[in-house]
Amino acid sequence: MADEKKLLLKIQRYNPERDSAPYFAPYEILWDDQTSFLDALQYLKDNVCPDLSFRSSCRMAICGSCGVMIDGVPKLACKTFVRNYPHGATVEPLANFPVERDLVVDLSHFLEYIEALKPYVIGNTRSPADGPNTQTPAQLARYHKFSMCINCGLCYAACPQFGLNPAFLGPAAITLGHRYNLDSRDYGKNERLRTMNTENGVWSCTFVGYCSEVCPKHADPAAALQQCKADSALNFVASVLKCKKNKEVSHGDKT
Amino acid sequence: MQTLNFDIAVVGAGGAGLRAAIAASETRPDLKVALVSKVYPMRSHTVAAEGGSAAVQQEHDSLELHFSDTVSGGDWLCEQDVVEYFVRRCPHEMVQMEQWGCPWSRKPDGGVAVRNFGGMKVPRTWFAADKTGFHMLHTLFQTSLKFPQIHRLDEHFFLDLLVEDGRAAGIVALNMMEGELVQVRAGAVVLATGGAGRVYRYNTNASIVTGEGMGVAYRKGVALRDMEFVQYHPTGLPGSGILITEASRGEGGVLLNKDGYRYLQDYGLGPETPLGQPKPKHMELGPRDKVSQAFWHEWRAGRMVSTPYGEVSLLDIRHLGREKILERLPFIRELSMQYMGIDPIDDPIPVRPTAHYTMGGIATDANCETSIRGLYAAGECSSVGMHGANRLGSNSLAELLVFGEAAGRNAAERCGESGGSSSSSLDAQAGDVESRFKALLRQKGKEKWSVIRDEMGLAMEDGCGIYRSEELMQKTIDKLAELQDRISHVGVADNSASVFNTDILNLIEISHGLDVAEAMAHSAIQRRESRGAHQRLDEGCRERDDENFLKHSLAYYNKGAAPRIDYGPIKITKLPPAKRAYGAEGASQDEKNKEKANG
Repeated sequence: MADEKKLLLKIQRYNPERDSAPYFAPYEILWDDQTSFLDALQYLKDNVCPDLSFRSSCRMAICGSCGVMIDGVPKLACKTFVRNYPHGATVEPLANFPVERDLVVDLSHFLEYIEALKPYVIGNTRSPADGPNTQTPAQLARYHKFSMCINCGLCYAACPQFGLNPAFLGPAAITLGHRYNLDSRDYGKNERLRTMNTENGVWSCTFVGYCSEVCPKHADPAAALQQCKADSALNFVASVLKCKKNKEVSHGDKT
Repeated sequence: MQTLNFDIAVVGAGGAGLRAAIAASETRPDLKVALVSKVYPMRSHTVAAEGGSAAVQQEHDSLELHFSDTVSGGDWLCEQDVVEYFVRRCPHEMVQMEQWGCPWSRKPDGGVAVRNFGGMKVPRTWFAADKTGFHMLHTLFQTSLKFPQIHRLDEHFFLDLLVEDGRAAGIVALNMMEGELVQVRAGAVVLATGGAGRVYRYNTNASIVTGEGMGVAYRKGVALRDMEFVQYHPTGLPGSGILITEASRGEGGVLLNKDGYRYLQDYGLGPETPLGQPKPKHMELGPRDKVSQAFWHEWRAGRMVSTPYGEVSLLDIRHLGREKILERLPFIRELSMQYMGIDPIDDPIPVRPTAHYTMGGIATDANCETSIRGLYAAGECSSVGMHGANRLGSNSLAELLVFGEAAGRNAAERCGESGGSSSSSLDAQAGDVESRFKALLRQKGKEKWSVIRDEMGLAMEDGCGIYRSEELMQKTIDKLAELQDRISHVGVADNSASVFNTDILNLIEISHGLDVAEAMAHSAIQRRESRGAHQRLDEGCRERDDENFLKHSLAYYNKGAAPRIDYGPIKITKLPPAKRAYGAEGASQDEKNKEKANG
């Protein structure tokens, strides 16, 4: 490291086999202008406390492993720099998820919610022998922003509604479903809306908008949720009309 | 210990593992597939690939050209039948990805766009801006959710293989969240565990790219092939090693020394091409080994820029203009700004060569099967023989699709063969793995794995870097032997915890990393020639020597001793070895070949 300086971090520690509750422990780190919080955690693991557990992988803000709360704000540790915290900082596990150990949280519900939204192309019968679908840059642009989600979970840590109701499918999962709804190659929108258009779907969102603020990839989940609400409302109206029409038809049959 | 029964176990859930699991499920929908990974699939290192994935697409391109670019790019150490299969399958796989929803960048008419890449004669690299690996990985992960027969075992660390009568019979993994071992029985196993870039200190790789998949197979007696060939990517950020994509040169970026001179013209890649008019196989579109080697010479000549994080060259993309940079290269702009404080719209990016990719790996046949029946390998952990001595950029994303698919499909055919493994024998094997794991947890000593990791990384850079010599390689070999001894004295600090114990997992990763590093260093010192990414400075080894070394190296594990290095033949189908040439010389060679073919 060039031009090393020292700084104090308070890190939340918790070992379920030893501690009755999480607690904060102070650690001194060495840093320079390039040091990220992930570098700082790795420095501690290498040199000070090998039993500190945290997740990491790419260290370049694309894999979504290292989400933590820094001074109470959801952040990717690899993309947050110590130089911006000259007076030290607290590091905690992501809010709103159960803590497993130290900075490691349980993401299994989040993964289930992603799966529930069927984030894959539905109803397109083309096969490789038919060649690629045509998709213009304008069609790509409709969903492109919403395909940027790295599944880091920061938006769930930011979402007050998810904090109150862990059954809420949440910003990232709904954004991903919406990304496929907007894709010109997909025909699964109605299928997904059945999951989205529910109490634990889009209607749990009260549009606080903090999810988009903390999103490290600017995937804008708040916008996706608002668009999904509009789609869900329209879908509801359409299904009422269809239902009414069906009834009329079946009544017609009887006479 | 919990025992789970599957038909196929896929280890690793990056691009190759996901593609294999999907292929197995499509081939035989009745099969149960376990997809085991130490991380959630989207954390896999495929996510960090930026530039693109190769497949012939344009009318004026051909499979023959992709074939000859790959074989000459690999300095003729490729299995040519494998490369033929590869180039034929690439277009199919890329279209398949499109139909699974991959957001490929498009042309105005809605067709898929392609871009230039190093060592490729014609633009044939499919891309999704400069986040191609990210989009491919997420598309594959999301598509895998369609298949209920794929059972993910996320955050399960691969500890060992179960082998019975020479046949793969499953694996043992550690459930990281519970701290408990799991026996996963399966009729076939696919290893898709990625590379080993982290045995080098300064590298582009994610912290998870530690090589234990290779290490486990190696300890089971499978050869590691062509391990001396480690790719240095020419453009990593100084300090962090973060990758700056080759696509920045594909789009027209140039490399400068401290005098602002495009130095590649002095290293067999010239003549200089006009700014903004990149020419295939010239200058900045040379192959990675040559471009990194040119950096080394300029650095030795004192013509690079000094920074607190070492000597760098300058990657200049300013002339592409703001609009093109934002459209085609938004991620590297973000990375440069975040990690270097430099906006490439206004200033050149400081870069230097960085360990990036293991061309070699677990030796397989053309069907991705190893010497253990029913054990397959695909992606960076494998050596199916397609990259030879130097991989071309954008051939590895294509590889993980083409050979992930093949491995998964072949494993589905193979897993039904009656293995006749006895349950008690597998239990006994799994029991052994558990006792060794528990003993390791109790290991005491004054050494630290972090120190061993750092010393290993430095030794690999010193001895097995861009240029190598007998003396330096021998020093590295001695150092690795010393570290092998010291690692048994690492004290495990986190010896009571079972939940998410990364102290013990780091130790296991580094222990396999040391084995893999030894395979690299010993294969390197015994290859007394220069070829592709293996360049030697010592007398008598500076040229390619087809007479003695047109062959694969095979490293075999030797417990407690240096690996045994053996050799295997190269399969040549249609392109006999010739001089590898780029720039003007390459172009005139192409002309002559064309005349010969026509006349």
